[in-house]
Amino acid sequence: MIFTKLILVLLVLTNLKLLGSSRVGSSIRVVAAQGIALGLLPVLGHAHELSIRFGLLAAGTIAIKGIVFPWFLFRAVREAEVTREIEPYVGYVASLISGVAILAVSFWMCMRLPMPASLASSWLAPIAIFSIFAGLFLIISRKRALSQVLGFLVLENGVYTFGVGLAPQSSLLVEAGVLLDVFVAVFVMGITMFHINREFDHINTEQMSQLKD
Amino acid sequence: MKIELFIPLLLAMTLAPLLPGIINRTKAVFAGRRGQPLLQTYFDLWKLLHKNAVYSRTTTWIFRAGPMLGLAGIIIALTLVPFASFPAIVAFPADFFFLACLLGLMRFVTVLAALDTGSSFEGMGASREIFFSALVEPALLVSLVTLARQAKNLSLSIIFPAVSGAHWLDAGPVLALVFIALMIVLLAENARIPVDDPNTHLELTMIHEVMVLDHGGPDFAFILYGSALKLWLFAALIVEMILPPLNSLWLNLIFSIGGMFLLALTVGVIESVMARLRLLLVPQLLVGAGALAAMAFLLGLR
Repeated sequence: MIFTKLILVLLVLTNLKLLGSSRVGSSIRVVAAQGIALGLLPVLGHAHELSIRFGLLAAGTIAIKGIVFPWFLFRAVREAEVTREIEPYVGYVASLISGVAILAVSFWMCMRLPMPASLASSWLAPIAIFSIFAGLFLIISRKRALSQVLGFLVLENGVYTFGVGLAPQSSLLVEAGVLLDVFVAVFVMGITMFHINREFDHINTEQMSQLKD
Repeated sequence: MKIELFIPLLLAMTLAPLLPGIINRTKAVFAGRRGQPLLQTYFDLWKLLHKNAVYSRTTTWIFRAGPMLGLAGIIIALTLVPFASFPAIVAFPADFFFLACLLGLMRFVTVLAALDTGSSFEGMGASREIFFSALVEPALLVSLVTLARQAKNLSLSIIFPAVSGAHWLDAGPVLALVFIALMIVLLAENARIPVDDPNTHLELTMIHEVMVLDHGGPDFAFILYGSALKLWLFAALIVEMILPPLNSLWLNLIFSIGGMFLLALTVGVIESVMARLRLLLVPQLLVGAGALAAMAFLLGLR
């Protein structure tokens, strides 16, 4: 129980850190740490009914989110030769304050929504929803394609957190499928980023709106 | 009113100047120096009290009243804070708002006195001080409101004994977040290193020190003493939050005082291992403290 709570708090803290961070490299590392922490969630959260199912889920999550994605994103940073600043539309302090506001909204929402009784912790649903919104906020408030990929990963981490909270009901197959989807998505995004960069010398998405055929 | 309620206040007024001494000694040890004596602040105060103050002709009574009002404000604020197993001398529901008001008053008179000198540097320091404190105050208030919510009471004297007991077991993460937020508040409010460097000698980079440049003699002694008391007050808030209340009164008192010295040591370590943040990054740190406090509040609601 206490481990679940700690991991959830860590999830919120890493999201706030991402909202306030100005460096691409540290953001990728934070997302990796978040992935590893979430990988441990099914093992530590359901310790009393430890099964090979949760073990596999944890191992797969840690391998993909904690090792493969960061490696892949660092490679993309290196090959696309992006500078290390993130370049937000919304400033870091404003993003941080928006993050807290989003957290408040998620808690408020979860008080009004009917929740399944089997959630691992009362914090799980609001924090999962916060993670989804924080990911969306990262996607719309950052200029770089790379930061938007990170936002997408945070969003997916929120969905995953919710899924793990309901793990006894949902099947391993669904989780594995989601993980595979995300893997393919990040893979495609990485390749796209590389191609955008080769065509236009940068991966700022703000200038894409001026494209004409 | 029972006379032993005044013991914490007396302790604060006698031991507070020791805290800056411990911080400085820790920093000296880290830097490989012998450092100034632990009692240096007492010597400074003694020396300053025997000097005469010099007043510029451009200043008015505001400049002279500033240090006295500031010291009075912080001493009244100390009567609101419980220490060890002693409840505060003055306790009423929502007294932490009054505490924040008194701290604000202390800052306000210091800023007014700084502006009264007409020096451009002091105006700059005053503007920074107000900017940063505007960001710190929400963090402090939200932290205290979170503690009040956890203890289900509005008076500091009841909040602290209630919070530090069994609460750490089931509300550990919430209290840990409040602790970090309060620690940043302590560093910022007392002009310690990640926010402001107390040893800096360049007016351009000073925040708190630049505001008191023109005070001399007993006035400066009041300011030094007031800032030592302020450090004691914030340290007391944190120590009271962490230390579980024990049954024995004297053991409790010894542990609390030991905790204060340990906290001063921690501040010294933080100052030794960290560089001062760039001025542009300080608001981010302070808003971060506010965000942690707000997060603790929201988590504490469930």
